[in-house]
Amino acid sequence: MAIRRGRGVAAINYPTGMNLGGDPTQALVHSTPTGNFMVTLSSVDLGQGMKQIMAQICAETIGVPTDRVVVDTADTDTGPHCMGTFASRGTHRAGNAVIQAAREARQVMLEVAAEELEVNASDLETDGQGNILVKGAPQKSISIFDVALSAHFKRGRSISGRGMFLIPRSYPEKETGAMKPSTCYAHACTVAEVEVDDETGEVTVLTVKNIFEIGRALNPKMVEQQLVGGSWMGISHALYETTEPYYPNRDHGGTDFNQYLMPGPGDLAETEIIVLERPSADGPYGAKGPGEMCANPQIPAVANAVFDAVGVRIDTLPITPERILRALKAQAPN
Amino acid sequence: MAKVPVQFTLNGSEKAEFIDSGTTLLNALRDKIGDTSPKGGCHQGTCGACSVIIDGELRLSCLTLAETCNGAAITTTSGLSEGGVLHPVQRAFLDTFATQCGFCTPGTIMAAKVLLDHTPNPSRDEVVEALSGNICRCTGYESIIQAVLLAARANSQNAA
Ligand code: FES
Ligand code: FES
Repeated sequence: MAIRRGRGVAAINYPTGMNLGGDPTQALVHSTPTGNFMVTLSSVDLGQGMKQIMAQICAETIGVPTDRVVVDTADTDTGPHCMGTFASRGTHRAGNAVIQAAREARQVMLEVAAEELEVNASDLETDGQGNILVKGAPQKSISIFDVALSAHFKRGRSISGRGMFLIPRSYPEKETGAMKPSTCYAHACTVAEVEVDDETGEVTVLTVKNIFEIGRALNPKMVEQQLVGGSWMGISHALYETTEPYYPNRDHGGTDFNQYLMPGPGDLAETEIIVLERPSADGPYGAKGPGEMCANPQIPAVANAVFDAVGVRIDTLPITPERILRALKAQAPN
Repeated sequence: MAKVPVQFTLNGSEKAEFIDSGTTLLNALRDKIGDTSPKGGCHQGTCGACSVIIDGELRLSCLTLAETCNGAAITTTSGLSEGGVLHPVQRAFLDTFATQCGFCTPGTIMAAKVLLDHTPNPSRDEVVEALSGNICRCTGYESIIQAVLLAARANSQNAA
């Protein structure tokens, strides 16, 4: 009877969004009379940072500071259509819709500015600080504040735009079964080191080293926050969490936090996160979906590490002491 | 059933309410007084989201009857900032990105504040111990631990 160490590796490939009946998200952008911009969505910010990212995307596209953008989310009665915030699709789908809507709004904004400055709209550019300048003659300029006032009170224009992003449904080819269920994949690899007590079956994750390839990190600190939390959640899924410990039998499922277990602040593995940025071809400013995939590779990595440590393959989650002891017993020569 | 009167100070201001006997402090704060910063995650003392400070001690408001708080001084996270300036613990939570959905945050901030009030320079182990009653679904805890350590460093610099 001993504490045994093991190391496991796993790599994953994770699609952004899904392929059921087609995968759409729409967005609307409009300016207020003072030249702030409003993004209207039905997508949800549940803590992953949707509002911040959509504000950044809209601001970048229109050419204004991020704090000039207000994002309204998650009212399916009144907002433009969104399939939802799931399958790591939020940034990719809603972001693309926001870019399209913001481009259209930017075009109207430049047209109004062009009328005010008596130049051609194609000769104008934004300075990112809230002003529109004539290319090559920046002394000729107008603030976006004044452009919005003019649009609203003088020219009767709505500085607004519509964004519609749709990944159409992909059907399998009849002959080969080949299909394209996703246009954009994120990738990750984890190395986990564990200690397994072969007397009690208890697993301690000592370290997890994760590499994530997530397209472009539009907000690097928020990406890190997602990945660190996700890595912890992956370990939690590998070792602790289940509503049905004897699935498909519902008996003994946890009914509260006393029984539904997760690692607490005292059970943290030493965690390393490395981010690789390979901008995606069809993502907003190169982004992919890092959301769900960041909690995936730890699970097979821990299972492999347990195998390396004590020589049993646990193929049902979570990898509980009970499952390990049963597997050890089944394997022992008697 | 006859209502019972309760009177206490909440974040420095006097509150008086008539409540049903048996109302938890959590429900009294949220539904009667309108301070929704303490969250109801489990209503049975296992998540820490409802944590408040009563007379300087960390308490679970879901397990505290409001009528036992007569005359008490209660602090919640909504009372921490002063004149629009965030409390150092709140500031540190922002600086270390220690919140995602935010549901655990008010309770965790209460736990952190009580720790730092009693132990201005805690070790990492003491921080972990102090946070062990607060469940977080999102962050993986490391950023929260870092927030508390950062707030402690900020405290000691101010004191020096
Ligand atoms: S609501 Fe009080 S501990 Fe969960
Ligand atoms: S930030 Fe979501 S529960 Fe802690």
